[in-house]
Amino acid sequence: MTTLRAAGIRVRLGETRALDDVALEVKSGWTAIVGPNGAGKSTLLRVLAGLQTPDAGELLLDGRPLADHTPRERARQIAWLGQQGRATGDLTAREIVLLGRLPHLGLVSSPTAADEAAVDRAMAEAECTAWRDRRPHQLSGGELQRVLLARALAVEAPLLLLDEPTIHLDPPHQAALARLLRRRTTAGTTVVSVLHDLSLALVADRLVLMDRGRLRAEGATDDAALHAALVDTFEGAIRVERAGGRWIAFPNLEL
Amino acid sequence: MTPDERRRLQLSVGLAVAAVTIALAGLAAGGEGWSMGGLVRALGTADGRLIVFQIRAPRTVGAWLTGALLGLSGAIAQGLFRNPLADPYLLGSASGAVLGVVIVLAMAALGGHVVSVATADAIARFGLVGAAFVGALLGVLLTLSLARGAQETTHLLLAGVVVGVVLAATSDLVTTAAPDALRGKQAFLLGSTGFLGWSSCGFMGLGLAATLPVAWRLSRVLDALTLGTETALSLGVALGRVRVALVAALALATGLAVSQAGLVAFVGLVSPHLVRRFAPATQGFTLVASAAAGGTLLLAADVLARTVIAPQEVPVGVLTALLGGGYLVWLLRRRQAS
Repeated sequence: MTTLRAAGIRVRLGETRALDDVALEVKSGWTAIVGPNGAGKSTLLRVLAGLQTPDAGELLLDGRPLADHTPRERARQIAWLGQQGRATGDLTAREIVLLGRLPHLGLVSSPTAADEAAVDRAMAEAECTAWRDRRPHQLSGGELQRVLLARALAVEAPLLLLDEPTIHLDPPHQAALARLLRRRTTAGTTVVSVLHDLSLALVADRLVLMDRGRLRAEGATDDAALHAALVDTFEGAIRVERAGGRWIAFPNLEL
Repeated sequence: MTPDERRRLQLSVGLAVAAVTIALAGLAAGGEGWSMGGLVRALGTADGRLIVFQIRAPRTVGAWLTGALLGLSGAIAQGLFRNPLADPYLLGSASGAVLGVVIVLAMAALGGHVVSVATADAIARFGLVGAAFVGALLGVLLTLSLARGAQETTHLLLAGVVVGVVLAATSDLVTTAAPDALRGKQAFLLGSTGFLGWSSCGFMGLGLAATLPVAWRLSRVLDALTLGTETALSLGVALGRVRVALVAALALATGLAVSQAGLVAFVGLVSPHLVRRFAPATQGFTLVASAAAGGTLLLAADVLARTVIAPQEVPVGVLTALLGGGYLVWLLRRRQAS
């Protein structure tokens, strides 16, 4: 299994300490990173993806410093979907998803049957096969988000890092995404996702709770102590309760 | 065949047929206008063959190559800067080339006064073409050094604007000191295919052969950049090195075109637009087709420039500015209407 371990990570963005001495070992299954706005969730994900060089700290991919891996080696191991994904230009949805095979193909090789099959699988999983020939300007926000998700899935990397993947998605497609990620983790992919929707985050296997650049708590999603830390971090503005056989979080309207 | 593939095929065949047809018209276009009969008669005499093969043919091939280099540069610039209004002259190549030309003209004009006759002679041998080429490359290098490399496209664009303004002001200063250089500068700014010979074709052909494969090879990176810089990086692209290679290809292609034909306006900006409008596709196709479209456009403009008020000639740059500007105005109005 591919391992990713961060220790003593510090990132300063201007005058702000975006990450302050964060240590995290990415475990198999589905980990959701949650926390208030500006807690450092996206920055942490970008550090884990190798897209943000930390000011201090150590990041090991399979026991080797992440920076020692070539960009293509890293890209084959870690797939990343950014927040507010966007696409300009004239590529069709399928051509966008095919870009997910770039770490395997390099700049010159033509896609093989295996690459084409990976693209078809990813598009089917993200439920965007129907508009394979449409271009970004012909897609709604939610449709484009599913195409971009398929692009990340098409990498077929053992680690899948997703920053707010439910953005622009309606509730049925948010639920479909949760089922998709569950299928992927069952098949052996390790998923780390930043999520604002706490109820969706509580469907994951583990929670990482960030607050003002520090990792405040982590643990299984059914951990009562973690729920208490969650409520405290959001200053009592949310409640976590069990309903319908699972944990849900909702705004505390009695404030 | 999908509709997209059909449109790509139609565009490719259309451009090839148009280029061959217009090239024939270019060979047949002389001081008395356009005539296929005149071409056949010219080929029957030694003097006529000399005119066709040593003047019209290199001019025709050279016009296509100049347009192809500009079309390719425009497609690279628009892909690299993710801006459909990016122009190949954006990185200081145009202002650098103009300054190079103006300095040579001024030195020649001041020969025996401010500089020695020998220096003026050496400069004259170095030539306007060499000065324009070196000036264009130095302009881009200055932009790169101000932007501290090619890592940040916003820095590059801003540095390009600054270099453009400063070098243009320097050119104006030089022409103020040596007013005799003003007419030559004006001719260079208008652009002309009238002096293209086989040596120009050789240089530009080599330039196209060197830059087109590099750009095509890196076209997947331009595709990945349409998803944003971070996504491109997450896909394992060594973006820093790729940007440097693409800027080098852009600088070489633009520098060669500008040095041989002056500042031909709008071809680099409009060609990728036309290609994307008719056959939207991956950057690999867009780059190659933009080169072909640029070549065909400038070829058509050259034949028009030679025949529209024959035996007089319209500077080809004036014609491309009028046609290209008109196209952009039409595009703008159409977008506003929709």
